[in-house]
Amino acid sequence: MRPFAYSRATRPDEAIAAVAGNPRAIFLAGGTTLVDLQRLDVMNPDAVVDINALPLTRIETLPGGGVRVGAMVRNSDLANHATIQKRYPVLSAALLSGASPQLRNMATVGGNLMQRTRCYYFRDAISPCNKRTPGSGCAALEGYNRIHAVLGTSDKCIATHPGDMPVALVALDAVVHTRRKNGTERTIPITDFHVSYGDDPARESVLEHGELITAVELPATPWLARSTYLKMRDRASYEFALASAAVALDIERNTIRNARVALGGVATKPWRSREAEGALTGAKAEAATYQKAAAAALAGARPQKHNGFKIELAKRTLARALATAAAMKTA
Amino acid sequence: MEKDDFRGALGPPDEPVTREHQEPGQPGGMDRRVFLGMSLTAMPAMRFAAATAKAAGAAATHPAHASGASAPAALHTVPVTLQVNGQERRLELDPRTSLLDALREELALTGTKKGCDHGQCGACTVLVDDRRVLSCLTLAAMASGHRVTTVEGLAQGDQLHPVQAAFLKHDAFQCGYCTPGQIVSAVGLLHEGCPDDPAHIRECMSGNLCRCGAYPNIVAAIAAIQEAKGGKTA
Repeated sequence: MRPFAYSRATRPDEAIAAVAGNPRAIFLAGGTTLVDLQRLDVMNPDAVVDINALPLTRIETLPGGGVRVGAMVRNSDLANHATIQKRYPVLSAALLSGASPQLRNMATVGGNLMQRTRCYYFRDAISPCNKRTPGSGCAALEGYNRIHAVLGTSDKCIATHPGDMPVALVALDAVVHTRRKNGTERTIPITDFHVSYGDDPARESVLEHGELITAVELPATPWLARSTYLKMRDRASYEFALASAAVALDIERNTIRNARVALGGVATKPWRSREAEGALTGAKAEAATYQKAAAAALAGARPQKHNGFKIELAKRTLARALATAAAMKTA
Repeated sequence: MEKDDFRGALGPPDEPVTREHQEPGQPGGMDRRVFLGMSLTAMPAMRFAAATAKAAGAAATHPAHASGASAPAALHTVPVTLQVNGQERRLELDPRTSLLDALREELALTGTKKGCDHGQCGACTVLVDDRRVLSCLTLAAMASGHRVTTVEGLAQGDQLHPVQAAFLKHDAFQCGYCTPGQIVSAVGLLHEGCPDDPAHIRECMSGNLCRCGAYPNIVAAIAAIQEAKGGKTA
């Protein structure tokens, strides 16, 4: 690991100033991505600002009925929170499907939004990789690309966004709260937070350098209680998704009034499928509808040499998640 | 000389957990671990000097990474105070030092094992403020001011922790390398609570890999503790 200066911030503005003032500085939250990638020589910050002492650890219900989750809430605490389990089961399920109990005790909500891809060519610190070394090319395009994306790819990068929690947040239409060096705050809809890899695969979110995630806000919407997460992977646990689906359904008298669909493991960002939502809205809550929605979600998929199976896998995953959500009993 | 080379030269890997709790001076006298521990106490200063020199060299040969801020970083140390197994330990560390390396290399607590060093195997599991975490992906500086419990801190004198006793009784290990991580993880599981059926126990222990495949006996050991505690632990 290359040398870096370590400091610990106790106030958000202190952390923001420390990172904003040095283009090669970075925030350190749970460390589950950053420390790993530093050890692999993939990320090489000069300065690491430890934000674990920041007072951003509350989960609070807002006057309007939404829920505000502090950026430093640990994944395990969020997953096991009674309000989250009851009102946003998709979020609890997505969190519990990710990593291991130890990693969930470390990882934070803010940090998890900044998780980096598991593309092996990105992580090997050697291969051509436009994300790690802009302009160097993409080894995955001609290489072994079984785990890579089929949606949102470009001729510069086909890396998969690896997360589970962000996929659930997309299905919930969450809002990310941030703070910047001039003290201004902004709110970013989760669907605008991550960016697809177009010309600049190194850029993964709309955050500016030194901009700190302070909270994630979940909307009051009652029908989000009918939501679920389904994750398919090579082993039963402690593995990244080959395909996953986060869905929420608003059903009245067997007709779908509203739907939210997000996919993980198949796209370059947590993937909202408005096409699938369109196919569901106003339709009967039945298997044929779910299959139509699944086909719509993957209509624009572009397979690589080794990952064509993901298209059918994602369709079936989504159809099954929709059937599961429709069958849920909600209060 | 790296400690791992030292160990390799001496033959078999670390003993299973039953030996971890032998106190120096107990019957059996100076065992290999005590000898290793003594040899290592003189090493941190030397190793730090070497690491600093290596780091400075790396920065010099990689101009792209040697911005204005990186040169002083090579010489930078941070004070780290850990409450390890009830004892306050004050250290002055290179910020790159993982909690795992601080425990093993600086404090000679070699019960915690280095498996993958990338958060993929669970061998390095310790408790920080009673929650199980991976010490390989935790910088020692991040744990400063916090309580750290390693496998060495579980027994009360000669009285094994119930999880340790259950692992012995159920033969929940073979080579023993993953065992300290399995045991500490199981202690964390009992704190957190986990439904007491095998499928849930397996999921709650999914962060600890065992290449020998001792899983059935590990699950049995944990189930036995849960049963003794009266079903679901919470």
